[in-house]
Amino acid sequence: MDSSARTIVQKAPEGFLGPELIVSIQKGGIDPDRRRLIRGAFSAALGAMAGSAMGATGNPSDGDAEILNLPPWSTLLGKPVVFKPYGDPSIYETSLARRQSPGLTSVAQASVSFAPLQGLFGIITPSGLHFERHHQGWVDVDPSRHRLMINGLVGRPRVYTMDDLMRLPSVSRIHFIECGANSAMEWANVAVPTVQYTHGMISCSEFTGVPLSVLLDDAKIDRSRAKFVLAEGADGSSMTRTIPMERALDDAFVAYGMNGEMLRPENGYPLRLVVPGVQGVSWVKWLRRIEVGDQPYGAKDEVAHYVDLMPDGRLRQYTSIQEAKSVITTPSGGQKLVGQGFCNVTGLAWSGRGTIKRVDVSFDGGRNWKAARLESPQLPKALTRFNCDWTWDGSPCLLQSRAMDDTGFVQPSYRMLREVRGTRSIYHNNAIQTWRVDRSGEVSNVQL
Amino acid sequence: MKHIALLCLLGLLATTSSVVRADYAGVGRSATDAEIRAWDIDVRPDFVGLPAGQGSVSEGEALWSARCASCHGDFGDANHVFTPLIGNTTADDIRTGRVASLKAGGSYRTTFTKVSSISTLWDYINRAMPWDRPKSLSPNEVYAALAYLLHLADIVPADFVLSDKTMANVQARLPNRNGMTQEHGLWKVGGKADTRAKPCMQDCLHGDVVITSALPDHARGSHGDLAKQNRSFGAVRGVELAMGAETASPATAPVATGLGTKRTGPDVTPMLSSNGCLGCHAIDAKLLGPSFKDVAAKYADRKDATAYLASKIRGGSSGVWGVVPMPPFAQLPDETMKAITEWIAGGAAQ
Repeated sequence: MDSSARTIVQKAPEGFLGPELIVSIQKGGIDPDRRRLIRGAFSAALGAMAGSAMGATGNPSDGDAEILNLPPWSTLLGKPVVFKPYGDPSIYETSLARRQSPGLTSVAQASVSFAPLQGLFGIITPSGLHFERHHQGWVDVDPSRHRLMINGLVGRPRVYTMDDLMRLPSVSRIHFIECGANSAMEWANVAVPTVQYTHGMISCSEFTGVPLSVLLDDAKIDRSRAKFVLAEGADGSSMTRTIPMERALDDAFVAYGMNGEMLRPENGYPLRLVVPGVQGVSWVKWLRRIEVGDQPYGAKDEVAHYVDLMPDGRLRQYTSIQEAKSVITTPSGGQKLVGQGFCNVTGLAWSGRGTIKRVDVSFDGGRNWKAARLESPQLPKALTRFNCDWTWDGSPCLLQSRAMDDTGFVQPSYRMLREVRGTRSIYHNNAIQTWRVDRSGEVSNVQL
Repeated sequence: MKHIALLCLLGLLATTSSVVRADYAGVGRSATDAEIRAWDIDVRPDFVGLPAGQGSVSEGEALWSARCASCHGDFGDANHVFTPLIGNTTADDIRTGRVASLKAGGSYRTTFTKVSSISTLWDYINRAMPWDRPKSLSPNEVYAALAYLLHLADIVPADFVLSDKTMANVQARLPNRNGMTQEHGLWKVGGKADTRAKPCMQDCLHGDVVITSALPDHARGSHGDLAKQNRSFGAVRGVELAMGAETASPATAPVATGLGTKRTGPDVTPMLSSNGCLGCHAIDAKLLGPSFKDVAAKYADRKDATAYLASKIRGGSSGVWGVVPMPPFAQLPDETMKAITEWIAGGAAQ
């Protein structure tokens, strides 16, 4: 062990939880209160250690105390199976959580919580960290009392129970869901500090359910007249959205499964619509009804909200497709590099029109680019994880990523996007994100 | 006999046809007409689905004060809960059908600056309003509430009666009825994109790179303690902002963690959160309803405070704290009710 390596070794505190707290956690698991107590105990232990970086062994030349002194988990009997019938994250994983953006909304039932992209890996969002957007609060629907109705331009209007739906042929597919207002706060200027708030209204899951085409066929839709379907929720506001028939008969499905378990209630338990590539508001949660019709329905979120204001004053209605977009998640705004030298740059790319074919990364604000590695799997209308080698030499940098999909579409710069759509649109901001790295290694959100 | 033979024949036909269709035998059933009537509540821009009925501006005004004003304001222009409904439209907009302020930048957008179809408002009020008691308005009440809104927006006179017969007249006066477009590439998956970036790889910029926007220093802590929003190990750390605990800004903390650390008794925060209390009440600030602290202070000397509060929570209440009624929460489990009422009666300590 050479001396330069030794200087960056910092011993983590151990045994910092008191016996009372340990018993309390063993009985009741981790809740916000206990989480705070753990944080406090950890900070106190860290403070107590200050000035003795090598810990208790006393003689740094012997090596790392974490190696020389066996930690408790190597010298104890561990916990039994089914200690937690439904498992939780490690007690050390308290920082990554869904969060609200202060001041964005007035009431928490008509609000949004953002997924902590800054610390997630791969392409699947843990179900408990999936972003939330509710318009009238979330509900926990009794699956035995839930019904799905199909009516309108059909030969035979139908009613299905969850028993019925789970007997039908199912598909399982990985797709991203992105709120149409993701990155909304950044249209005109930088407004929020981290990738959780700039891009956190996106998540990606494996969904399982019944193709909508199966249900529409079962109801004998009138194919000569059917042009649109209306999807409607069972919650208090019974949210509605119009889906064009080409999407309804293509890859849309009614999903009950998410990442191997049932949907979480915040995400529409027990049934939601999945419309791959289309903004999240169309993925109607707590889905109770599909109506087949020949005209768009002019729902509240098609006429009063989710309309994109163009520079000529016109409002674009039914803007639905989420075009190709990408963002570097590490390093990203509000983070600090731990030191000079090698650092893997990683991020996410996605396209509502198809499959990500290429992601380029720039370290100089877009003057020069190099292709990133795309990890497997690369699936249509799903998140794709990219990685790019980087050695930071301590000089200021401007990090960017740029996605390209299999239609040939290339993610635009802010300048290009604003030339077409101005700065007041709110929705469908898919511009290239820039992160500035300063000499201290601190990363911040900037626009060029 | 004849009937039996006929039934057998029908049964045979049904069996045959189901084999031919290769359908999902035994799965699902036909919806009844009554079921479809109960759920098929949507109203389209061409008024398909609009029920018969009517309501006047004056009827709407009374309804508005009782059921709508607490969130939307007496004149529909409040923004303390939701974005304003009324405002920033002109007589000229009503004439042209294009809201001029949108072209000027749209810095202040109310519902009536944007909405292009009157059916949308009827549909949404009917399905989703009032916010805390959705689907509790009769069709005539929906007409009345919308009539009052239209009057506030200077679209109809004070003596107007809105009905299924007059909706089309109102549509012809909506300020932004011509201000929308569906001609763009984001509706269909094969639609044409409106940006055409090139995947240049080298020397792609002319001139210097200029940072046009960055977060001001005073805003760096606007979203809480960033050090606590990242792991304490790994390739990066969260930036240390030299600020207080993350809970200093409750809105940035994970939902339902910002309350209650100094009290005795069970932690009521999750109960308040999961039962919807926090939608209308905060610990020490008035929202739609009074703060828990104010309720505690009002009944501090009352010996039967817990029983009294429980009766008001279980049965609903109105007229005690203003015009906004509190809906009944009859479904609260007894132990939850006990914990919440004892907590309030004890001073609603944080």
